[in-house]
Amino acid sequence: MRRAFIAISLLAAALAVTAGASGKSSAAVAIPGCATDSLKLVSAGTLTVGTDNPAYGPWFGGGEIKGSKWKINDPATGKGYESAVAYEVAKRLGFAKSELKWVAVPFNTSFRPGKKNFDFFVNQVSYTPQRAKNVTFSASYYNVNQAVVGVKGKPIATARSKADLRGYELGVQIGTTSYDYIVKNIKPTSKPAVYDTNNDAVTALKNGQIDGIVVDLPTAFYVTAVQVENGTIVGQFLSVGSQERFGLVFQKGNSLAGCVNKALTRMRADGTLKRLQTQWLSKATGARVLQ
Amino acid sequence: MAVVSTIVFLAVLVLLVVNSPGWEDVKRQFFDWAEFREALPEILSAFGTNVRIFCIAEVFILVFALVLAVLRSLPGPVFFPLRALAIVYADLFRGIPTILVIYILGFGVPALQLSGVPTSELFWGTVGLVLVYSAYVSEVYRAGIESVHPSQEAAARSLGLPPLLNDFIGLQKDTALIALLGVVEAFRQSQIDVAATFNYTPYLATALLFVLITIPLARFTDWLVARDRRRSQAARLAG
Repeated sequence: MRRAFIAISLLAAALAVTAGASGKSSAAVAIPGCATDSLKLVSAGTLTVGTDNPAYGPWFGGGEIKGSKWKINDPATGKGYESAVAYEVAKRLGFAKSELKWVAVPFNTSFRPGKKNFDFFVNQVSYTPQRAKNVTFSASYYNVNQAVVGVKGKPIATARSKADLRGYELGVQIGTTSYDYIVKNIKPTSKPAVYDTNNDAVTALKNGQIDGIVVDLPTAFYVTAVQVENGTIVGQFLSVGSQERFGLVFQKGNSLAGCVNKALTRMRADGTLKRLQTQWLSKATGARVLQ
Repeated sequence: MAVVSTIVFLAVLVLLVVNSPGWEDVKRQFFDWAEFREALPEILSAFGTNVRIFCIAEVFILVFALVLAVLRSLPGPVFFPLRALAIVYADLFRGIPTILVIYILGFGVPALQLSGVPTSELFWGTVGLVLVYSAYVSEVYRAGIESVHPSQEAAARSLGLPPLLNDFIGLQKDTALIALLGVVEAFRQSQIDVAATFNYTPYLATALLFVLITIPLARFTDWLVARDRRRSQAARLAG
């Protein structure tokens, strides 16, 4: 009996080592105190991850899959920065790729009270102390700067500072820290227009109803590359005060956040986060800084 | 008796809510007094936009709806095309959800890039409300015009007033739909606050403002109805 037990243990250990060696990174080294079957999950044996539908680049990639409800990109492709981060976190917690399930969660319902239908939500949500009173945030998986997008040839394209932007009509998606940035740091003379979705803000920009939109820098690159013909990144802004950062969103007090944070810490320490950023967001770094 | 039963009913309701398993979460995220006080001033100032929108819209609706009602009441085969137009209009704008009318006008017309045509979201949002509510109000006028003998015009007017005021209460609430176009009115302002804090209390502040501005109109409508009833009873007794 005892011998059989040892044999099985050795076999298991050998399997674990081969699994570790075959993986791209040293991910298979288990995180102490975070064994897969000890995690508190909304659905046992599965890591359920929420994000908004449509799933936009460069956060998600791989395009639409036939028969899938996901628009623009299907998160299950593992492509795009946030999808790649989610799968990497899952891997470090001992989940196979097939054990990560995506659920579509509108941003506005991600923080409503009551039981959540996801283990964590990944959708470019910035940490703020007020928000952290109602949900639990993970550590940063991306440190983000805001940026302003205008149309080439229009006066706003020549702006070189925040002060230069003050006289323009700016638009922004509701619920974003981009809005906070406009109000607190750019302080335009007219109130910014606030839209339900980034798409609506982009439409208003194309229609000439506003002069510029403020979005995070990677999204700015996506907007100018894909959505707005003649769109141009006027510049990016550095965070005022503490560095703005994206965090995964958990139900308030969810103990899973502790284990996910350990996984993120390792991903940062061994260069995985950096590598994923280079892979998916590398185009999204070089833009003039507006002081 | 009515007072007692009301109090008992409310007490049971409150106990049920307060003892529900999720009450602590709901209390924190919906009934945060500090949040309420912080959000209210900005929401109140944004509410000025709602008030402006419905005051301006009501004037245009009263005029435009009357034109529609008159067109529809024109007699004879000669005016058939105009009558048909008025009918199609009423069907169309009562049928399309208001939110779609506002969306299509607010983002669609400026996209045409026609010179001289306004691109303002506030403008097109208000136009959308005028178009939709004129369809409803023209029906109120028409009922008044068609159903009553000329000798009873005064009665027709008073009959038409409560439904008219009802439509205006609807209009007041629907001004919040213009938020869709980027206009920061009371609802949008509260959404901004909610998203910044992940706390829903600012919605309550907005709801309260809409109720406060609706109640006077609702009571006025009740009063008109009651007055009419008294008058018609008096007339019957006199007759």
